[in-house]
Amino acid sequence: MKHIKTLNSANLKKSAAKGGCGECQASCQSACKTSCTVANQKCEK
Amino acid sequence: MIHKYKLNGFNIVLDVNSGGVHIVDDATYDMLSYIEPPLSDEIPQDVLKALSALYSEEELRDAYHEILTLYHEDVLFSSDDYEKFADMMVSAPIKSMCLHVAHDCNLRCKYCFASTGDFGEGRKLLDAETGKKAIDFLLKHSKGRRNLELDFFGGEPLMNMPVIKEVVEYARSKEAAYNKKFRFTVTTNGILLNDEITDYLNREMYNIVLSIDGRKEVNDKMRPGINGKGSYDVILPKFKDLVAKRQEGQYYVRGTFTKYNLDFAQDVLHLHDAGFDQISVEPVVTDPKNDYALTEQDLPRIFAEYETLAKALIERKKKGNGFNFFHFMIDLDQGPCAIKRLRGCGCGNEYVAVTPDGDIYPCHQFVGMEEFKMGSVLDDTLNTAMKDEFARANVYTKEECKNCWAKFYCSGGCNANNFQYAGDIHKPVKLSCDMEKKRLECAIMMKAALAVGEEVTE
Repeated sequence: MKHIKTLNSANLKKSAAKGGCGECQASCQSACKTSCTVANQKCEK
Repeated sequence: MIHKYKLNGFNIVLDVNSGGVHIVDDATYDMLSYIEPPLSDEIPQDVLKALSALYSEEELRDAYHEILTLYHEDVLFSSDDYEKFADMMVSAPIKSMCLHVAHDCNLRCKYCFASTGDFGEGRKLLDAETGKKAIDFLLKHSKGRRNLELDFFGGEPLMNMPVIKEVVEYARSKEAAYNKKFRFTVTTNGILLNDEITDYLNREMYNIVLSIDGRKEVNDKMRPGINGKGSYDVILPKFKDLVAKRQEGQYYVRGTFTKYNLDFAQDVLHLHDAGFDQISVEPVVTDPKNDYALTEQDLPRIFAEYETLAKALIERKKKGNGFNFFHFMIDLDQGPCAIKRLRGCGCGNEYVAVTPDGDIYPCHQFVGMEEFKMGSVLDDTLNTAMKDEFARANVYTKEECKNCWAKFYCSGGCNANNFQYAGDIHKPVKLSCDMEKKRLECAIMMKAALAVGEEVTE
């Protein structure tokens, strides 16, 4: 494409179908303890 | 829903529901201001007319064609299919615990949300028996979850090392029989670190959070000891030693910025220059009445500072001297699933805090608020109605979040902050939201800058 460059695979919808196993880290257990940031957590699958 | 913004020379378009991130040229960027789904096969005449002074018809038609392609691929203006999952949000197993081994502290940090360690409940230490009951509670209530997280927290947890060791040993002794894997973490101010404790923590802890605010004068202003003297000179060599000896485990040096150091990028870079490469420096969360509190008026300065930090980090990464800044860490491809993103931290539902008295609260930030006491590990009681209420809290039950572009990145914010400063766990605090959104914009821009390899613009 000339006008648009897509940076990622944009797979959020697919992740919903296989998601929700609950095994990943609670976000507050990483570094923050005061500010919620979820998108930097790793998937366990 | 899309969110588009310009930053550091990039035109960035985030497609909220697919998670797609697109870098676009000016014609496409401008055109997106005039377009809303559903998209027609041909470029609308009014769009052509509106932009004809700026771009040629051919250019506009070409750009529209690309927009249309992404639209049909469901990565631009993609539909919101997630509310049905939100409706299914029910009570989950408890698999994560913040264990308050010490409601006491050997520092007197001025911004401490725990009232300098005792959470307003008097200074006390957890005893081993209560700690073991907390483990039993977690083993039972985690049901089928295998990975269990236990954070040793305070006050200052190292003031109660014998109990930490006893609890770790007890939990490890149960792993095989219960088919569980404990991941221990600790959050410490470092004052009591010595060779023996450092080795122990490096061996047993999956993650270690080391509290330091940055530059000496910044740290010492807010993090004095009981005697009033700053802590920087005591803790810095100990943290360096711990990190030097640490091999594969995670760690963060973790600071707080306040109104007194709005130039906090300098603190982050100071920590990097001191030899740390896993860094988190976060905005203070406190009553707006405090003189060090961040307020709406500080936002332009804070936004500029996040941009300064992002540019500095890009430069360092390009030179092969990068580091991780916690709030800029974002994985656009392999991050958490959409289900996880709907309700975020899981407090009061899959995550709880336990006090030295064995009392259970939704998280460490709720400790001391009597109305949020939800049970006790001593007699294995749990207020399931309260747990259900927290389980249901998600980005679709929070009115302001529902239509926010950042909802799948912050997941509805911190329920405790919401309650303390907006009066309701479902009401996000605007100040926190504004900062979160700016951080996300910077984090995504950094991905663009590093992917495209463009020079950083001033």
